[in-house]
Amino acid sequence: MSKDIKVKKGLNLRFKGEAEQKLVEAPRSKTFAIKPPDFHAVVPKLVLKEGAKVQAGEVIFFSKYNEAVKFSSPVSGTIVEVVRGAKRRVLEIVIEADAVNSYKEYGTMSAESSDAEAVKTRIFESGCGAFIKQRPYDIVANPEDAPKAIYISAYNTAPLAADPEFILQDQKAEFQEGIKALKKLTAGKVYLAVNKKSSNLKDIQDVEILNVSGPHPAGNVGVHVHETEPINGGDRVWTVGPEDVAIIGRLFLTGKFDAKRTIAVVGADAKDKKYFRTLLGTNVSALVGEVNESASRIISGDMLTGLRLTNNQFVGFYDNTVTVIPEGNNYRMFGWLPFTYNNIHSMSKTSLSWMFPNKKYDVNTNLNGEERALVVTGEMEEVMPLDVYPMQLLKACMTGDVEKMENLGIYEVIPEDFALVDYVNTSKIEAQEIIRLGLDLMITEVG
Amino acid sequence: MKWIRQRLDKIKEPFSKGKKYEKFAPAINALDTFLFVPNHTTQKGAHVRDAVDLKRVMITVVIALIPALIFGIWNAGYQYLSQIQEQVGFWEAMGEGAIKVLPMVAVSYAVGLGIEFAFAVFRGHEVNEGYLVTGLLIPMVMPVDIPLWMVAVSVVFAVLIGKEAFGGTGMNILNPALTARAFAFFAYPTYMSGNGVWVSEASELDAVSGETILGKLAAGTDVPYNTMDMFSGLIPGSIAETSTICILAGALLLVLTKVGSWRIIVSGFLGAACMAFIFNLLGGSYPNNDLMNFPWYNHLVIGGLAFGIVFMATDPVSAAQTYKGKWIYGFLIGLFAVMIRIFNPAYPEGIMLAILLMNVFAPTIDHYVIQGNIKKRKKRVKAQVKTAV
Repeated sequence: MSKDIKVKKGLNLRFKGEAEQKLVEAPRSKTFAIKPPDFHAVVPKLVLKEGAKVQAGEVIFFSKYNEAVKFSSPVSGTIVEVVRGAKRRVLEIVIEADAVNSYKEYGTMSAESSDAEAVKTRIFESGCGAFIKQRPYDIVANPEDAPKAIYISAYNTAPLAADPEFILQDQKAEFQEGIKALKKLTAGKVYLAVNKKSSNLKDIQDVEILNVSGPHPAGNVGVHVHETEPINGGDRVWTVGPEDVAIIGRLFLTGKFDAKRTIAVVGADAKDKKYFRTLLGTNVSALVGEVNESASRIISGDMLTGLRLTNNQFVGFYDNTVTVIPEGNNYRMFGWLPFTYNNIHSMSKTSLSWMFPNKKYDVNTNLNGEERALVVTGEMEEVMPLDVYPMQLLKACMTGDVEKMENLGIYEVIPEDFALVDYVNTSKIEAQEIIRLGLDLMITEVG
Repeated sequence: MKWIRQRLDKIKEPFSKGKKYEKFAPAINALDTFLFVPNHTTQKGAHVRDAVDLKRVMITVVIALIPALIFGIWNAGYQYLSQIQEQVGFWEAMGEGAIKVLPMVAVSYAVGLGIEFAFAVFRGHEVNEGYLVTGLLIPMVMPVDIPLWMVAVSVVFAVLIGKEAFGGTGMNILNPALTARAFAFFAYPTYMSGNGVWVSEASELDAVSGETILGKLAAGTDVPYNTMDMFSGLIPGSIAETSTICILAGALLLVLTKVGSWRIIVSGFLGAACMAFIFNLLGGSYPNNDLMNFPWYNHLVIGGLAFGIVFMATDPVSAAQTYKGKWIYGFLIGLFAVMIRIFNPAYPEGIMLAILLMNVFAPTIDHYVIQGNIKKRKKRVKAQVKTAV
């Protein structure tokens, strides 16, 4: 079974610094870390203390308000440090890795022939539940919920982002097993979105294939949900990253929490632009070496939604991409004159860059202006394929009008869906942050 | 360039955080960012950003206004000189016009930007670029002989009451430039309407006929101009609104750069054409009403209609914000502009009032358009509840 999704509104961003499609084994990082802030709204309750020995797949902490939501270590070793920030908030749990992983045994299990409850228990007790995210709100899934459907996107349209098809090419059996396991978690369908043009995943069983075409954000789960089973108030939909499905699959096939992570290192300032095979939570220096932080920025994730890292910090839990791009802390004289500086990409026709749609642009982190009041209308709509009014929704979030947010479709969006709005808007409004705050308000007000 | 940058950094030092003149930072920043796009980098959200910013958008509108402004300056000189001498040279007319028009532009910018800077310092935000356009629009829609102090008072009213009272750029309900014109129109009617204000010093010169076409039509006198005159703009009127050709050139730039909404422009002209056409049809029963019988295509090129639709109705802040809303908003502006022209001889030109009226209704139009989206969503919930039962 399959369905076509053709996205019309959006924007493909072409920048220099693509990763070569070549998979290499990354040097094993000395330290790994799980970062609780990756799991929005989770307050961690540590199970193991500093200095404790840990096996790969052993639970390190769980959510204070929901003990069933557990988080495991990707490597075996010793917990060397719990990094805390303001108000003693846990930022990182750093593990010094053994030379070779020893795994906690969960025992093999056939996802297909097992009972749904047993599959669910296995996924959540092993820490694989952390891979499952919930929409609305973009938070870790609650095992007590019965999701309406589960979505996996194996098509990534974000600029320079890792290609899930390439990552999964040698993990297809595990991926299939993972899908069979996920199928047990929902009474509804499991959707798998793939690139319509070419995909090796069209023969995957037990899923509804979505053949997606069109510009970014065509690969975002938000678009797929919207086109198939849009979220209403009270609905729960789960989403899982493509490589995370393979990790879940391996849990069933081998009985181990084997959190392999394939990371594409991209961006103009990255030295070695390839796909690296490593483990979840690796130290970023193992991938990109030492980066001059005043000249370049390391981003865990793609350049639209990722998180800024410094040297020796750790790659985010869900990220398959590490981007290194130049910092844009330079001045441009009379840079506001229309039709000048056409070497900087712009969706606006006040730059001539639209004449070269296939050119690959240099890009840096310059804001290209300053924050201003919202004046220009109509530009956000051009990159918003969802049937929501982006500007009105942003304004409702700013004023914290819960009823209005609900009416305008806050349940259907997560910050990622507003990444392009961040990019294109003339007033340099931080749309993703505004949506995140809006969602947080909804969690406290509606739940 | 480096040298200028270093000098600027030095000048800016006492304005930085914690220093003596910290409060006045917005003022100096406005000057700095006028020379240089700042070195600010993204701190949250997307790490890379589009090259466009508000300055670029506003400057594009200013560029779009230049053909109409230059023609307006020339026409102001030409209309005056052609009444007193046989031959009028191009530069002669330009010089005469410039003496009249440029001081108005200078006063408008000086007063308006002064208030903007003061509010930026007072409220502690950066100076918004919106006034770059407003400040040029205000003199362009005034009659040529209006005293400079009236321009200044109108600017003060427009910026204070029309804009800052609502919270500044992006929050205003009415288009500030039209607010200025409306203020002058009602406060100093003898300088803003009638037969003697449209050509410089027309009231002093006996032989001069300085009426606008709309004025003549309302009064029932003959119109000595053909359609081409009206289209090219060789007619009396407010400074920069007469030449439909130059306005359309600006419109082309606005539409091609997507800075101005083509939806509003197209639907605006469409609305005006429809209304005028309807009156043309009815006109047969009222043979004495010249305005009604004035051909519909001529209605499109005379008066401030084109200028208003292209440069003022498209102001994104006071216009409708949704695509559908823009169609309705533009259409109604054209419709009301012609309706006011024909029905209300006290206001020979209706575009100003039509735009201000629709500015007020724009949020309502958007409300109903968005309500459609909300209804769709609620219907979905209902359908789901039904299947669940």
